[in-house]
This record gives sequence, structure tokens and C-alpha cells, in this order.
Amino acid sequence: MQINKNIAISDSGFIFNPSTGDSFSTNQVGMEIIRLLKENLSKEEVIAGVVSKFNVDEATVEKDLADFALMLNNFQLVINHE
Amino acid sequence: MSKLSYERPFIQKLNTGSMNKFGTKTEFAPVSHLDGVAVKRLTAEYGSPLFVISERQIRKNCQNANRAFKTRYPKIQFAWSYKTNYLDAVCNVFHQEGSWAEVVSVFEYNKALRNGVPGNNIIFNGPDKSVEDLQLAVDNNSLIHIDHFDELYSLVELLSGGKQKARVAIRVNMDTGIYPMWDRFGFNYENGQAWNAINKIMAHSELELVGLHCHIGTYMLSTSAYATAAYKLCDLAHNIKLKYNLAVQYVDLGGGFASSNTLKGSYLQGADIIPTIDDYAEAITSTVLNANFKQEDLPTIILESGRALIDDAAWLVGSVLASKRLSDGRRATVVDFGVNLLFNAFWYDYKISPAQDFTHHTEDMALYGPLCMNIDCIRESVNLPLLNKGDQLVVHKVGAYNMTQWLQFIQMRPNVVLIDMDGNTHLIRERETVDTIIQQEKMPEYLKKK
Repeated sequence: MQINKNIAISDSGFIFNPSTGDSFSTNQVGMEIIRLLKENLSKEEVIAGVVSKFNVDEATVEKDLADFALMLNNFQLVINHE
Repeated sequence: MSKLSYERPFIQKLNTGSMNKFGTKTEFAPVSHLDGVAVKRLTAEYGSPLFVISERQIRKNCQNANRAFKTRYPKIQFAWSYKTNYLDAVCNVFHQEGSWAEVVSVFEYNKALRNGVPGNNIIFNGPDKSVEDLQLAVDNNSLIHIDHFDELYSLVELLSGGKQKARVAIRVNMDTGIYPMWDRFGFNYENGQAWNAINKIMAHSELELVGLHCHIGTYMLSTSAYATAAYKLCDLAHNIKLKYNLAVQYVDLGGGFASSNTLKGSYLQGADIIPTIDDYAEAITSTVLNANFKQEDLPTIILESGRALIDDAAWLVGSVLASKRLSDGRRATVVDFGVNLLFNAFWYDYKISPAQDFTHHTEDMALYGPLCMNIDCIRESVNLPLLNKGDQLVVHKVGAYNMTQWLQFIQMRPNVVLIDMDGNTHLIRERETVDTIIQQEKMPEYLKKK
């Protein structure tokens, strides 16, 4: 899964998609996941990245990431969604 | 380096549109303490889900209602509506505040007796009173509110030839300008049925007509309907005085005062549209005072208010079981309390708050209970913070009817705790177990496992 390259994201979690004109807001964990996805990391690497930064276990992140990825895909913010 | 606190990743599409003239929703302000007791402490000690009742709020409501009526009228008597919440501890708080008991079945009647309510302070309402029930009420000198002619004839037959007398009133139904009209209970005023019943009672010396009763509906948003009801009861009282030279001792306006819960489909919040207890008091007492009774004939006004006195004195604390996504993208949160415990969720949009701190992010979600039944929905759409498994929620204003209409269905009923005036907690109803349920069952011998 890759984030669309032209997606702009601010430090406060404001997301803008210039190709559709849609804007979104996300929280701190969402921002971190999007940042890691922008680095073309694998799902496992994204999970490890979140676990290293936040006080959470791997299983929780895996479950939440699956749901978050679904929403990113639904909002047309990703390409090649698994 | 310590790690940052985790919150489920969240993304929300931003939509431009008209500003909300009611401002931002604030339903998600955390409620971590109930009457000064930490929610976490309560659930650690008594489990989840858990009903929590505030003795302080009950007394406050009672005293406020008494003040509203007694400052306007000299003879006021409240009677606690057992069906609204008949946990003994709750009833006894009301009785300590001076309330009589208003019951609608022999089960409730016996509960009132067990709670030490003197028989002559029990009002026996309702359409279901067997001959045995009537005899019990007569023996205890209770106030029998006759619901239909069959009951009247049963009572006459029961007392005929004996020396006992029954203190009776009739329940009157009437058009007070509201819909639906509750004409299934009692005798109708407009078509003369009520007057007919009164004449029949007066023809029997074993029946002592002491009052007139009505109960015009529930969650009444109109005070003028009470004024109309009081006017019609006073009109009957005047006619009784005129024809029989008898001053009835009381007019009983029943209950039905609204609580501040929000009805489903209501545009405005309940708290913004309901009359205050003073509004109800003003409508009722003014009508009776202006009804031209002689001072010595002024009847006592009895009130059987339930919902308005107990709803905001109880909370339901529960926990999140799961968080999931529905097929249309909506968030669904599954909690450990359902319509089995919150029967009134079928017509109230209950206010629900998280019991712990969250960030400013919130999302719309459906809130489902734990039952494996599609109807088990507490809120079809509610805006709450990002909830995770194990997070706790507080449902507000659940004191009326939920702890009497709750179902032992799929799940068993949980502990109920009372927080007293000093902030101490008391378990007033123990959670059910499998033994609670099966002790009433009988197994035919041939089906027993060999």
C-alpha cells in the first residue's frame, strides 16, 4: 500500500488531496502511519514503527491499521491497496 | 524515553457547509466520577455493567417537588410510583422523604407492605386486582382506585353482608387535549361513565368514596393538560358535594411529569423543552384553588410522579467490548449493556459520556449492546471519542423504568449500587447468576441425565 504522492499533510494532521479537492483531518497516530507509508515501508515495518513510538502492543496496531487502511482506500488516498 | 500515549488512528473527511447554530456538541466531556465516587473504583469493586443510584439526587428531587407544590397549596401528598423503580432501597428513600406508596399490582403492594408502608398510605391502582387482592387492600384500609365496573362489582360482592368498608376512588379518563388519550384505564368523564360509577359507589354503604384519580399520560410536555384534568376532577367533586353533600378528601392527578431525557426524533434536547416541576405545580394548584371549594372542603392533592423524580438520579456504567466498521463505512461500537438493561433506549436518545479523558477527535458511531439480536441498539448515531476495547462509558438519567422493565434475556442483570449522602457505596441488588435463573425451573424426572 502506498500513499498518493501528491497528498499534502500538515503538522497538525490536516490532509489535502489536490486531485480531488477533498480535505481530511487525522490524529497523531494517523499522521505517523501516513508518514511511514510515504516512506514505502511494508505493513510489518509500519506496525513496528508505531509500536516503537507509542505505548501500544503489536496486535492492537495490526487491527487498527487494517481499519485505517480501509478508510484511506475509501477516501482514495492510497494506490495499490492490498 | 517514554512512549507517547496511543489512540486508534482516525481520519475524517472535512465537509464545508452551514454552521451549526446550536454550536459544537459536548456530549463527549468525560465523566470520571459519579456523586464524587470514581467510575473506575465502582467498576473495579462491583463489575461492569453497573447501575449506580444517587441517594442525594433522589432526595433533592423529592424536596424540590415538595417545595414546588407545598408553597402553592396547603395539602399535598406525594406517593412513590413503585413501577418506576421498585428496588426496596430506592422506595425507602422516597418513603423517608414522606412519600406514600402507589402500586399497580399485588406484587408491588406486598413490596410496599414489606417496606413498612402503613396500609392506609398505599394507593392501589391498576386494572388487575383479584378478589384476594381486594380483600388484602380492604383489610389494610388501603385506598383502592377502581379501574372498571367489573372491579367495582367484585368489591361490592366481596363486602356485601359483612361489616368491612372499603375506602375507594375511581380512576377517571378524559380528554385533556393531548394525544393519545389514555381511555383504556378508568371511567370516562365526557360520556358520563365516571359520574355513573360515582353514583353506583354512593349507592353502596360498604364503599366510602374518598377521592378522585386520573393519570393522563406519560412524559407530558403540556402543563395545560394537567390544568384541564384538575378542572374536570374538581367538577366531579363539586357535583358529588351538590348531590350527596360529600366533600371528597383528595384529587389524585397521577404522574406523567417529563424527565429531561431526550425523546427519539425530538429536534431539541429534552432539557430545553420540558416544563419545570414548578410549571406543573402552578397549573395544577391554581386550577384546584380557583375551583371554588370552601376552605374546609379543599381536597388534598395527591401526586404519583415517578419518572421526573428518579430518572436523573441513576447512571448505567458500562464497558466497550469491541469497535468495528460496518459495511457502509460507519463505525460501530459494541458495549456490554444493551436493551436488556436499557429498555427505554427504544424511545430515548440517552446521553452517553466516556468515563476517561480523550483527545479532541470524535466520530459518529452506532452503539450496539451485547445481545446477539439485531434490535439491540442503544444509539443509532452518537458522536463520541475514539473508543477502544475496555474503555468505560456512562449513560445518564436511567433511573426510571429501566430497573423494572429490564429483561433477563441472553445476559443476566448486573449489580445495582446506591451512593449514600456521605459518598459511601452500598450494593442494593446483587447481580444475577445462573442459579438465580434456574432455581425457578423444574426438570421432569425422565429428562434428568442418568
